Amino acid sequence: MDNLFAIFLRSIFVENLALAFFLGMCTFLAVSKQIKTSLGLGAAVIVVLGISVPINNLLYNIFLREGALGWANLGAFDFSYLSLISFIAVIAAMVQILEMILSRYFPLLHNNLGIFLPLLTVNCAILGASLFMVQRDYNFAESSVYGLGAGVGWALAIATLAGLREKMRYCDVPTGLQGLGITFITAGLISLAFMAMAGIEL
Amino acid sequence: MKMRDVLLDPLLNKNPITFQVLGICSALAITNSLLSALVMGLSVTAVLAFSNMSISLIRHHLPTSVRIIVQITIIASAVIVVDELLKAFLPETARILSVYVGLIVTNCIVLGRAETFAMQNPVGISVLDGIGNGLGFGLILMIVATIRELLGSGSLMGVSILPLVADNGWYVPNEMLLLPPSAFFIIGFLIWIIRSWKTEQVEQRDDSPIPNRTTEAG
Repeated sequence: MDNLFAIFLRSIFVENLALAFFLGMCTFLAVSKQIKTSLGLGAAVIVVLGISVPINNLLYNIFLREGALGWANLGAFDFSYLSLISFIAVIAAMVQILEMILSRYFPLLHNNLGIFLPLLTVNCAILGASLFMVQRDYNFAESSVYGLGAGVGWALAIATLAGLREKMRYCDVPTGLQGLGITFITAGLISLAFMAMAGIEL
Repeated sequence: MKMRDVLLDPLLNKNPITFQVLGICSALAITNSLLSALVMGLSVTAVLAFSNMSISLIRHHLPTSVRIIVQITIIASAVIVVDELLKAFLPETARILSVYVGLIVTNCIVLGRAETFAMQNPVGISVLDGIGNGLGFGLILMIVATIRELLGSGSLMGVSILPLVADNGWYVPNEMLLLPPSAFFIIGFLIWIIRSWKTEQVEQRDDSPIPNRTTEAG
């Protein structure tokens, strides 16, 4: 239990996907103009990460890992090179299913998330979390917790940046830095602040 | 549209990183050494050229409803090949790049160019567009990596240029440049430099009030 809690906290603060590993940066910089939309996107990321990481974990451990197909007498094969393509297929399918469920049963939430849902397929934070899960050899419980924590961390990061950007609309930014430039520098400062937690061992 | 423009525009005028805001993740994460930036730039160029070519070849037979998944599958296959090649011939670099090679699949440059360019243009020019964008991406990567490696660890491609104090030299390395946040600052300032020169890229100030929010104090 302690271990799971540690993974959860670490994936939010210490190993934050957006600020320590720079994953999902395109959306992070593009959709952080307003707090409201960024919170909606953050929620979608939490849901998709929380579902897709454990599913990919099962997929990897049952089918793809070296020797995993022992139950089908194919133990000599190593299909791990197929993991990229299967993970992205799972993610695309998850996003599609989630979209259908939301539009059927929670139309209000679906309208709020709008175009961000389909875009999640190409958000590298989602695929990145699955690849880290393989690299760190998490089991099913660990990967469920990791998926949730990574999502919460990403949502926290984009909400922080959106809050700062809303305040910055009324600031006098040098002409060449207007827009993208100052957003990069702001994100760098947030990331620097998050580095203070890098040494924490849980 | 001229061939030359398609190839050279993405280098500076329409650079994928500083103008189109695509493919930032890997630009930030792997630029602390010049070698990994070089390998990353070349891998992305190869994947882009290949995916643009294949998608442009099948563009008339691709139903709109399933195009994204087909594009992703093509890109993922190209990335798997690159990933396996790197693991086989450059195992050390592949280890440093870790998950970021796999993440080329979701690098928005690749899908972005497939969607906006290769879907509408013939094969030859699409390949050129892929190579151009890959090189533009690689160029920014190399600039950032040169600054970070030279000032952060006093070397380039692992060869010592500025002798470090630790090795009885004179240069005290600025270790912040090895930390991830420095990449944000360097790219931010690069954008500033490019936009001071190419003023047509400057974004308009958005002074309209934020919708659905009452003004708050502070």
